Amino acid sequence: MHEMSLAEGVIQVLEDNAKTQGFSRVDKVWLEIGLLSQVEVEAMRFCFEAVCRGTLAEGCELEIIESAGQGWCHQCCQQFDYNARFDPCPLCGGYQVEVVGGNEMRVKELEVSG
Amino acid sequence: MCTTCGCASGNTSVEGKAIDHDHSHEHEHGHHHHYDHHHSHEHGHHHEHGHQHSHDHSHQHLAPEKNGGDLHYGKGPAGSHAPGLSQQRMVQIEQDILGKNDGYAETNRQQLQQQDILALNLVSSPGSGKTTLLTRTIEDIKDRVHCGVIEGDQQTANDADRIRETGVKAVQINTGKGCHLDAHMVGHALEQFDLETQDVLFIENVGNLVCPAAFDLGEAHKVAILSVTEGEDKPLKYPDMFDAADLMILNKVDLLPYLNFDVDKCIEFAKRVNPNIEVLQVSATSGEGMDQWYAWIEGKHKGQLQQKLDALQQQVDKLKSSIEGC
Repeated sequence: MHEMSLAEGVIQVLEDNAKTQGFSRVDKVWLEIGLLSQVEVEAMRFCFEAVCRGTLAEGCELEIIESAGQGWCHQCCQQFDYNARFDPCPLCGGYQVEVVGGNEMRVKELEVSG
Repeated sequence: MCTTCGCASGNTSVEGKAIDHDHSHEHEHGHHHHYDHHHSHEHGHHHEHGHQHSHDHSHQHLAPEKNGGDLHYGKGPAGSHAPGLSQQRMVQIEQDILGKNDGYAETNRQQLQQQDILALNLVSSPGSGKTTLLTRTIEDIKDRVHCGVIEGDQQTANDADRIRETGVKAVQINTGKGCHLDAHMVGHALEQFDLETQDVLFIENVGNLVCPAAFDLGEAHKVAILSVTEGEDKPLKYPDMFDAADLMILNKVDLLPYLNFDVDKCIEFAKRVNPNIEVLQVSATSGEGMDQWYAWIEGKHKGQLQQKLDALQQQVDKLKSSIEGC
């Protein structure tokens, strides 16, 4: 989907932080991407490398941490690992499942210099 | 360019014009700076832009071009160049990638709520009949509800022209190569409306059932439109969109006798993905079910006003009791 826009969003986060935290070069980026976050990890890698060119993060290493989805079943009142939006509850087989985790799309940590 | 859908830096415009060029703010332009400086502006639609550059080189941000009243979005990634390396360190960030969009969206939302405008973000595949639904809706309700329309398409102002034929204000955003509208584009489009006179703002997103799901524009509700000439399993195939929507409109139901579309199954699939989604069955051509849609719009608008009234009432009560306590 829109991984290019998201990758540009990451660069903006890096540039904003370069100002406020005083660094000029990013060597490594850790992204946390939830399994239910609507991001295709491989497309993200591809786009990120492309948008990094000519920026403070050119040539940096990208580490993607995929966080598991979590669902909550309204019938069973239980939480469980949930990795596809339209899957039924693993306990009762119903579809009253709310996504309660795995939506993250975050820049988590950076290794910086300069 | 995005390997999945091809979205990328392109040329985006609102009413054919680059978004920023007629404004005093300096973000998201191509710049050429030679020394340290800092911009921070707040302009018309209350988006705050802060921007710092400290390098001698040019770079380009999203640079929409203006042409008439439409906006055209421009080129890609922000650039910045860092010479030299020194000691390395770790920085904890924990920042949302969509944070910037969400910030703009919140500004739009506040502005719209302040003006008592119900904003609906209409999303669907291309060809679901969004524009036909919209023109029919406007024709039918414009005497009692003041409508405005923001039209999003990759290219052409055809849809905005169709809307303008109904006599209501329409602003076309061309996203260039972009596959979705974002909150920043919508913020600029809002500048072109006389918001005080509007009741309902329809934002017709780019025809795409994937990307627009992730971008909050500041709307009150996303409305997913699915026509019965598409597959009934679309809610399962594109779950993110149906999860993000509060209402699903099944359009073109006048064609059901000629199709093998299982309405009940489609609704069941939509509710699997989003147990809270409301569903309306309409035909913008025959007019079937359209009254329910109008009632839904007016109900939501009333609800928004009532919420504001309740909040004001609480404030009034609080003030009254403070005065009594004096």
